[in-house]
Amino acid sequence: MAFNRSFGTAAYTIRQKKSGGLLALPAVLWLVLFFLLPLAIVFFVSFMSRGPRGTIVFPLTLEHYNRIFDIFFPVIVDSVRIALVTTVICLLVGYPLAFFISTRKSRRAQQIALFLVILPFWTNFLVRTYAWRVLLGGDGPVNNLLLSLGLIETPLTLLNTEFAVLVGLVYGFLPFMVLPIYASIERFDFRLVEAAYDLGANDWHAFWRVVFPLTLPGVVAGCILVLIPSIGAFVTPDLLGGTEGLMIGNLIQTQFRGTGNWPLGSALSVVMMAMVSLGLIVYMRFGGQN
Amino acid sequence: MARTLSPSRITTETIHYDANRIRRDMAVRKIGKIGLLLNPIFTYFFLWAPILLLVIFSFNDSRSVSTWRGFTLRWYNNIFNDIVGTEARFSTGLMLNALGNSLFVGIIATIIATIIGTAVALSLARGNYPGKRFVDSLLYLPVVIPEITQGVSLLIFFNVLFDFMSTVTGQRAQFGFGTIIIAHVAFNISYVAIVVRARLADMNPRLEEAARDLGANEWQTFWRITFPLILPGVISGALLAFTLSLDDFVITFFTSGVGTTTLPVFVYGLLKLSVTPEINAISTLILVVSTVLIGISMLIQGRNATRL
Repeated sequence: MAFNRSFGTAAYTIRQKKSGGLLALPAVLWLVLFFLLPLAIVFFVSFMSRGPRGTIVFPLTLEHYNRIFDIFFPVIVDSVRIALVTTVICLLVGYPLAFFISTRKSRRAQQIALFLVILPFWTNFLVRTYAWRVLLGGDGPVNNLLLSLGLIETPLTLLNTEFAVLVGLVYGFLPFMVLPIYASIERFDFRLVEAAYDLGANDWHAFWRVVFPLTLPGVVAGCILVLIPSIGAFVTPDLLGGTEGLMIGNLIQTQFRGTGNWPLGSALSVVMMAMVSLGLIVYMRFGGQN
Repeated sequence: MARTLSPSRITTETIHYDANRIRRDMAVRKIGKIGLLLNPIFTYFFLWAPILLLVIFSFNDSRSVSTWRGFTLRWYNNIFNDIVGTEARFSTGLMLNALGNSLFVGIIATIIATIIGTAVALSLARGNYPGKRFVDSLLYLPVVIPEITQGVSLLIFFNVLFDFMSTVTGQRAQFGFGTIIIAHVAFNISYVAIVVRARLADMNPRLEEAARDLGANEWQTFWRITFPLILPGVISGALLAFTLSLDDFVITFFTSGVGTTTLPVFVYGLLKLSVTPEINAISTLILVVSTVLIGISMLIQGRNATRL
């Protein structure tokens, strides 16, 4: 075995030589210097103390992590909950939509249906989030519609609530769910459904036992793509959530505004990265193969 | 359960059972069909209504965003003639300056990221060297790490770096175009590499081998065979990088300095203040510009796709 492998490598090496490493060098240098190294520094700084005027000083301490678990734990739990609810809503809305798009008869209709999902997504994220600030405002269109329909008597407080954050996140990240699911339904061979019908399955069974399991990689990919940016969201809770819909991203940003508390902000970033890594590990375990 | 073997009895039971089952299956199918029809209607409405309302109300002859009082171009006029309510920290000059900064950063970052990203994509698709797997996973990291973490880590990194440099040289560097461009290149390399790599995977490596057999050296093979074939991938990678760079708010927010505000950072400053019709108008302008840009990029990509 070992012999075979080394022999194979040797043969390959003779044909192709060791090459191409130089082409990767600029990218590796750039990413190590301006991506990995900064992350390592954040990790290190999270154990440092806060000096006068927001400076970072020794000694090393676990103070910030203790503070996070004492004071900020509810916000972290809220962030994870909001991110999970966002993901579930996106899945419930996105899967049928992806199914609708990929089952259009003509290629052209499919492209248009897909384009209509992607185009709003290409407009600036800030502008899209701002649109909801207008919509959900006290005298905004949503409240006006509900008032004129007689469903409510006084305007609802929609803005600066967790509800607004959820709406904003779903609105912002829905395409991330639709696209991978669309890609896997696209690849799905619908003759398998015919086969399931022939074997006596009804629509329910054909879907849950044939279609859904085979499009699961798209579902898992979509969930990860929605979950990760939702956990790290900062603009949406900042513009729509106010003090009610606070998320971990806002806490981090606050620590870096003005003098702030950089070591604490770093510790919060480390906690966020740990949660994201956890999500990625789950993804590798259950959906990464595809 | 004792069943009689009377054929007639069995048949009746079977038919009875099947009729129920069929009725139930038809109900499931109907619900499914209705769901599949209602979901797209609601979702497309959900996706488009906010944007359309924003555009419509930017032409509304009233400060209110709830009732329509007739068509006006007043808010657009205000933007371009510097007449905006005193509560807004707005001026036409500042806006155009921010737009210029965005374009400058976008162009430089795109050029650097496209060259570096294409090179690393080539090395991964065609090369053979130790540490290839490390390079591969390194490239995916910026795609999955939250933007705010990247922004914050660069903020700390540059501060530490500038502190160090000032103790060595006595001069302190400032946050500005340099830091923004470095940050944008760092997240754009991955996106360019992913797009170009997909293109390389579709390409037949025999074409390169054929060129080598016909006596071309590596340099000639690359510029005459490989590069023209991956060019559409390189162009779409560059356009993606440019769009991401123009659109980026979070990472720029943490790496920009005084006087190097980009358009998204400038707009964020306005949005934090209040809802005004002028902001609706600015948003509509951004919307129109980005739609036109995307339209152009799709046309370029479409033409390239048909040419090959």
